[in-house]
Amino acid sequence: MSMRYAVITFPGSNGEHDALMAVELGLGMPVEAVWYKETSLDRFDALLLPGGFSYGDYLRPGAIARFAPIMAAVEEFAASGKPVLGICNGFQVLTEAGLLPGALLRNQSLEFRCAWVHVRTETTRTPWTAPLADGEVLHLPIAHGDGRYFAEPDLLNRLIQKDQVVFRYSTESGERESSVNPNGSVDDIAGVCNSAGNVVGLMPHPERAYDTLIGGDDGLRILSSVLRAGMAAASGA
Amino acid sequence: MQVTAEVLAEVALTESEYALIVEKLGREPTPVELGMFGAMWSEHCGYKNSRPILKRFPTTGEHVLQGPGENAGAVDIGDGLAAVFKIESHNHPSAVEPYQGAATGVGGIVRDIFTMGARPTALLNSLRFGPLTEPRTRYLFSGVVGGIGGYGNCLGIPTVSGDIFFHSSYAGNPLVNAMCVGIARQDQLTTAEASGVGNLVVLVGADTGRDGIQGATFASVVNPEASHRGVIQVGNPFLEKLLIEACLELLQTPHVVAMQDLGAAGLTSSAVECASRGTVGIEIDVDKVSRREKGMTPYEVMLSESQERMLVVVRPEGLESVQQIFEYYDLHSDVIGHVTDDGNVRITSGEEVVANVPARLYTDECPVYTREGVEKKAVQTLRAFEMSAIPDVSAQDSAGVLLKLLKSPNIGSRESVTRTYDHTILSNTVVAPIKADAAVIRVKGTGSGLAVKTDCNPRYCYLEPFSGGAHAVAEAARNISCVGAQPLAITNCLNFGNPEDPGVYYQMQQAVDGMSAACNALGIPVISGNVSLYNESGDTAIFPTPTVGIVGRLDNVDRHASMGFQGGGAAILVGPGEASLGASEYLEEVHGKTAGAPPEIDLELEVKVQRAVRQLIADGLINVAHDTSEGGLAIALAESCIQGRAGLESDLGELLAVNNQRLDQTLFGEAASRIIIEVSRERESAVLDRLHESGIPIWRLGATGGERFRVTGILDVTVDELAASWSAALTSYREDPETSQPVPGRG
Repeated sequence: MSMRYAVITFPGSNGEHDALMAVELGLGMPVEAVWYKETSLDRFDALLLPGGFSYGDYLRPGAIARFAPIMAAVEEFAASGKPVLGICNGFQVLTEAGLLPGALLRNQSLEFRCAWVHVRTETTRTPWTAPLADGEVLHLPIAHGDGRYFAEPDLLNRLIQKDQVVFRYSTESGERESSVNPNGSVDDIAGVCNSAGNVVGLMPHPERAYDTLIGGDDGLRILSSVLRAGMAAASGA
Repeated sequence: MQVTAEVLAEVALTESEYALIVEKLGREPTPVELGMFGAMWSEHCGYKNSRPILKRFPTTGEHVLQGPGENAGAVDIGDGLAAVFKIESHNHPSAVEPYQGAATGVGGIVRDIFTMGARPTALLNSLRFGPLTEPRTRYLFSGVVGGIGGYGNCLGIPTVSGDIFFHSSYAGNPLVNAMCVGIARQDQLTTAEASGVGNLVVLVGADTGRDGIQGATFASVVNPEASHRGVIQVGNPFLEKLLIEACLELLQTPHVVAMQDLGAAGLTSSAVECASRGTVGIEIDVDKVSRREKGMTPYEVMLSESQERMLVVVRPEGLESVQQIFEYYDLHSDVIGHVTDDGNVRITSGEEVVANVPARLYTDECPVYTREGVEKKAVQTLRAFEMSAIPDVSAQDSAGVLLKLLKSPNIGSRESVTRTYDHTILSNTVVAPIKADAAVIRVKGTGSGLAVKTDCNPRYCYLEPFSGGAHAVAEAARNISCVGAQPLAITNCLNFGNPEDPGVYYQMQQAVDGMSAACNALGIPVISGNVSLYNESGDTAIFPTPTVGIVGRLDNVDRHASMGFQGGGAAILVGPGEASLGASEYLEEVHGKTAGAPPEIDLELEVKVQRAVRQLIADGLINVAHDTSEGGLAIALAESCIQGRAGLESDLGELLAVNNQRLDQTLFGEAASRIIIEVSRERESAVLDRLHESGIPIWRLGATGGERFRVTGILDVTVDELAASWSAALTSYREDPETSQPVPGRG
């Protein structure tokens, strides 16, 4: 089955190229960049909000982008239950827009950090993780200065109870260990979803991991999930 | 003469240069004209001290599509594509405001690349600082690294390689050389030659402010800290990212005649250079330039170095389409003038003409000074230092010395720096920073790849500039060969002290001659570059630093090498066995001496060694190669152990024999043309046979694997110990809360 992906591009986004390439080269699926001034997303089946520095990260990462014209359509798309994935700055935008819980703070090290990390899949109830195994470990790059996930204790408990933690930083074998948490995120959280599960945000970059030549292709496991989820729905399984 | 000494000092022109201007013009210049002459006749723009020397570089070759003279050079990389690249200094601004100085250095070099019609694809930087033990150095270091990351990360261009070197000569005058590599379709390469009388001159991007006025001039005088206050520009990478996208889209249309970024000397140099290259005139009305603040004079508008601005020459019928593209990206643009046929750069403020000078007077008629270079006696004395005065290291002490060197700032891990640079964006990075002697990026849509690196050993250049220049080119090329790529061309940034000092001028001449000799031998032309002189503070000139930026090509990017031992094979030294303690890192770090002559370099052997290793990688026979540089053989072996987390069981008896049985020389002595490779057992005889046939000296060092680095009868250290020392080189000072500083900038 074919799905049409949109890559929402704000002024200052810089991950749109990789997102387009990952879907086009890695998945062989149709994909389009959608500029922030557009107002309709009717022609798409899945949304990617890529990484970067929308509006230069001025004020606060994602704080200005949430007011962009396209965001009304993004909210509508999310409310309709279709899959939305926010990556890095896209994750920050979604938390600022209230589409995802919690917030992303400055890394504990106060430095930008670019590295390859391991994350453990914590739930397969989202369309972005449905075909993965529970606890499956993925190898993905990170590149951010404001990736420290934060939620108040009450909210954190609620997220855990409601199965909204999607990825946690882990060792290669899937163990949690503070030394492999790259940014000081609370509870080692690397990604979360909304209560419905269709909107997922994560700091690592699946769209930069679509080819073993550039370090790995685990990102395709996430990006292609919606295809398999879609296929399962289409075949009535 | 009507001008005062103070006025001339402000524009950094001499009385005789002023007299020359009056003679050429046939009248006194207006204040705006004088300011424009000051900028254009500065060393930074006019190359008045370096032009005769620069002519010695070879600049042509089979791969060259664009040599020096444009915003950047370009080489053919096959598949109808071109690699476009250049390196440029931002030393003086970085000495005063390290974060913004480095950030705007990145911004400037990126504009040079997309101005040519190329998509910026990789960034590199070559940095020089004083000793990390000084608080000022730590401030500069963290600021510069922060600025490079802050700007490059935001643009979404991966910073994949570079080099860092610490020495006291840079304490007051750090060097920040930024390089950008872009990829363009050959049929879309653009130039900055204005043409077509009546075509419109459009200024797009940031509004013009009072920042950076006369920056080019001040880049060309000594004592950066004193002279640069108030002229530092502030970067806005967010705006530049929009400019990149808009300009690359613009170049897909038929409406653009020429494009030129506004860098040093702002509107002045971009207008003058566009006109001069196209042998046309340009008229600009400064009143049409959008300003950040009220009350700016025409002089200030013409000499502002506000960042993130581009000048575009557009056909009148295409103006509307061009403006639509700018509006799409929320960019502000103004039509500020047009192309004329009289060859003059005419600046008006409304109806009033404030400057009107033939473009060529600013460029072609810039005075050129050929000086007399004389080597300093003190350097001759240092070079003649007798190594026998240095006691050999004992076997017992050798492990301790090895660990000390691994932890020294010039040798230890750069990971604490490179991890703050985004190096995975654009999904092209095949070999990441510090994993190999050069970074490798793939070229999407082809099976090929590019290898990139910067390099220069300033100590070699100080002690013997000809040799140092040759080494800089040879080592840069060796780094490229070690990942399996064919070196295509270089760009360079010639960082020196005050050229009016005969000792400095001698260094320039000799270094350039040495570089040219190596370029000729290796078949690598120079396609772009930049000169940064007057790098002095107080009475101290920096070590001569002719930084080389190099680009090579891999036909098949799957066939590449990195430096980490994989274990289960043999480590082999390809190249001469004899090393030298002269000018070595060991001599400086352990014995506190900058002395002796740099190692001799046999360029014919260099060519052979590089070709042989490249071929072994291309044929899939090896995928581990690492050159020996600062710290010599022992350091190179230790680095391969650390990177691959594999040990080595070696015997260096044969090498000791050719190094006068001196252990220090064998382990830590330096030499050119040396590459360590690792070969699997199955392929060892085939590889050795091939190397024997090529007539290159080879030395089997031992077997890789295990957890220890052993040299029989000499040293025995675990790889973990090596890694611990190496990793701490640039971070140990941070443990001191007095000296640690947060790096500014977000992400």
